[in-house]
Amino acid sequence: MNLYLYILAMAVTTYLIRVLPLTLFRKPISSRFLRSFLHYVPYACLSAMTFPAILSSTDSVISGAAALAVAVGLAYRGKSLIVVALSSSAAVLLCQWGISLLG
Amino acid sequence: MRGTEYRAGLSRGLPVGMGYFSVSFGFGTMAVNQGLRALDATLISLTNLTSAGQFAGLTVIVAGATLWEMILTQLIINSRYALMSLALSQRMGQRIGLLPRMLIAFLNTDEIFALAMSRMEPLTLPFMLGLGTLPILGWTLGTLCGALAGSVLPGSIRTALGVMLYGMFVAIVVPEAKREKEILAVVVLALVCSSLFAWVPGLNRVSAGLAIVICTVEAAAICAVVFPVAERGEAPV
Repeated sequence: MNLYLYILAMAVTTYLIRVLPLTLFRKPISSRFLRSFLHYVPYACLSAMTFPAILSSTDSVISGAAALAVAVGLAYRGKSLIVVALSSSAAVLLCQWGISLLG
Repeated sequence: MRGTEYRAGLSRGLPVGMGYFSVSFGFGTMAVNQGLRALDATLISLTNLTSAGQFAGLTVIVAGATLWEMILTQLIINSRYALMSLALSQRMGQRIGLLPRMLIAFLNTDEIFALAMSRMEPLTLPFMLGLGTLPILGWTLGTLCGALAGSVLPGSIRTALGVMLYGMFVAIVVPEAKREKEILAVVVLALVCSSLFAWVPGLNRVSAGLAIVICTVEAAAICAVVFPVAERGEAPV
């Protein structure tokens, strides 16, 4: 399938979600279920996208798991976005280095 | 007057723009790691301006799934923008017309929404455009830089940078899960679901994009029933 068709479908869908409530449907959402659902969506999808995909995103499960452990540990201690991200990258580099020394 | 409003927006948007640069750097690296060209990755960022949606979209593209799957994935993952646009719409009142609203809608991300809603003064078109300028620049240029870095750096560093985006997702979710047990519940439900789709024979044949959609709907729907949000979710005045 043509890459640009994917990009078009993606961009148009995302834009329609943003533009319709700002232009046509301006009533507040009265359903408590729907408001709760939308509140939880970001956390659910970020979690589902991260795990277990992160484990297979590097050359070995060990470095993927190390990246995850470092990220969770630092995020739990309230470190900033960029510190967490760069540290998990560093964990992967260190693991790969260690594995290549052993192998 | 219009100039001051635009500049006020610009300065509020600066930290968001810098943050977006680093997040989209991770997206750019990941996209070229998965076989996209640097300019195509940049085009995705320029036209979509959303992290989770683009990431899921990348998964769908790499899997070579159908366009319907792409549309469904985006509808579910980006559904929260509908809520934000509704709230923003109430907040803007009748002063802002149809065309300006169509422009503002394009810029409505989680962070820009939060900044707009927290402003004391009335929202104006120049302010909103100023607010969006640096974030969209940061998001697009960050993707380009990440993609270019990903194309020239050695493989081991490229692989390491490829986990940045996951690291950022963790950094967004973990502090919230620590603070609210409802969020922790939604996270655990989603993790169990995505693990089943990855490892259970049969289920692991479901494409990655669809699995993300199913896990998102399942976890968010269960928590919406068990832990409905308080009325503070109402459109603010």
